[in-house]
Amino acid sequence: MIVASNLTKRYPGGFEALKGVSFEIAAGDLVFITGHSGAGKTTLVKLIAAIERPTSGSLVVNGQNLSALRPSAIPYLRRNFGLVFQDQKLLFDRSVLDNVLLPLQIVGLPQREATRRAQAALDKVGLLEREKANPIALSGGEQQRLAIARAVVNRPSVLLADEPTGNLDSASADAILEIFRAFHQVGVTVLISTHDPHWIERNRPRVLNLDHGKLT
Amino acid sequence: MKSWLAQHRAALTNALQRLWSAPLNTLLTLLVIGIALTLPAAGYVLLDNLRVLGNSASGTQQISIFLQLDAGKKEAADIEARLKQANLGNWRFVPREEALKRLQGSEGMAEIVASLPRNPLPDAFIVEPRDKAPESLETLRQQFSTWPKVAHVQLDSAWVRRFDAFLKLGKLAVSLLAAVFAAGLIAVTFNTIRLQVLSNAAEIEVARLIGATDAFIRRPFQYFGALQGLFGGLLAAVLVALGLKLLSGPVAELAALYGGKFALAGPGPLDITLLAGLGALLGWLGAQLSVALSLRQLD
Repeated sequence: MIVASNLTKRYPGGFEALKGVSFEIAAGDLVFITGHSGAGKTTLVKLIAAIERPTSGSLVVNGQNLSALRPSAIPYLRRNFGLVFQDQKLLFDRSVLDNVLLPLQIVGLPQREATRRAQAALDKVGLLEREKANPIALSGGEQQRLAIARAVVNRPSVLLADEPTGNLDSASADAILEIFRAFHQVGVTVLISTHDPHWIERNRPRVLNLDHGKLT
Repeated sequence: MKSWLAQHRAALTNALQRLWSAPLNTLLTLLVIGIALTLPAAGYVLLDNLRVLGNSASGTQQISIFLQLDAGKKEAADIEARLKQANLGNWRFVPREEALKRLQGSEGMAEIVASLPRNPLPDAFIVEPRDKAPESLETLRQQFSTWPKVAHVQLDSAWVRRFDAFLKLGKLAVSLLAAVFAAGLIAVTFNTIRLQVLSNAAEIEVARLIGATDAFIRRPFQYFGALQGLFGGLLAAVLVALGLKLLSGPVAELAALYGGKFALAGPGPLDITLLAGLGALLGWLGAQLSVALSLRQLD
């Protein structure tokens, strides 16, 4: 599903965020990317989602080599992903439901079917009764769950989350991680970057630990 | 196909909502576009009316053929036969006696005519050709002057040619004006769309991250620009019609003073469609340019 070999990312100015990282993630895996702040977790997520391009090495996702991907093909690649960001990137000029509708409008799903699916996604993260609210009125944990609903509404084959529990208390963080595990259990490949060790210690998933841009 | 339609409908709805959500901005922009389109449109309508006026003022588009003074009945008959053969339109013969009588009838001329030792006027033909195009009138004038015993051919439509030249000049001026205002319209749309794109930067960023193509992102802005141009064009049509309505009274009065009847023709359904369509096209073009540039800046 995702194969990285000798993956390196150097930013303008010379900082090397990733130094020759190689790994393989099979379809249906649940993998955690851990490491200290600045270890390269976010960079790795951005490379996989084709938000940034590797400086060298190869990264193959779904059989497509991202280094050789045409810019016009990137949107279609991203539709395979459900992306959850640390800062959620919710839109506060529209309702909770409209936030979840956006990915479906992008693929051109008819309104009625889209609404039905968006409501189902909101139901899965426990936010259905808040569908008319503005996201600004939601708590931090609820906002993160909304971001997850938006990420999964398009039924992606890969869920990719960058520090989804970063700003949450441990109870909310556990609830979020349980939602991810539920998606993993129905066959979705889940990749989560986090520096929060509690849940990992209890559940022992597969872990890619980064240290100063290298896998350890 | 179904999803394509759904996407376009969504983009159109989105554009309408944006126009509606900032009514004052929308109104001001529409006024700017409307006024920019009104000036050339009004110019065209006025020129069109002048053209109609020029055409309707027939009877002045005559060619007078003056024969030499020594031309007799036989020569006149010969010219008459040639005119009959050429079958150009209406013509009539004015014998020199009749011409003198008419001159005597004119105010203040009777004494002068009476003092003349003999009739100085020649026989004449007055031709009203069916084909009133200035070029063909000129051709006829040249043709007539080669006929025997013809002293002088006068084209009484010199003013028609001047008028025609004036119309041509007017058309050119209006076209230049239209080009300038079209550029203005594109610039106005460019600017409004640019502000739209920048104020929607967050949405655009998110949409791109979750798989929106550039076409998807551009679409609502293109509709926005096109709708703005369309409504601006309709507003211009209303303004032109309103202006003509205000002018129609004084124009009728003026025409009556000259002993004529003339009514201004307003923009017809075709003109209105054309104006709205042109506005939409220019708006779309401005939006297209603006969104392409602004998106590149967001990258």
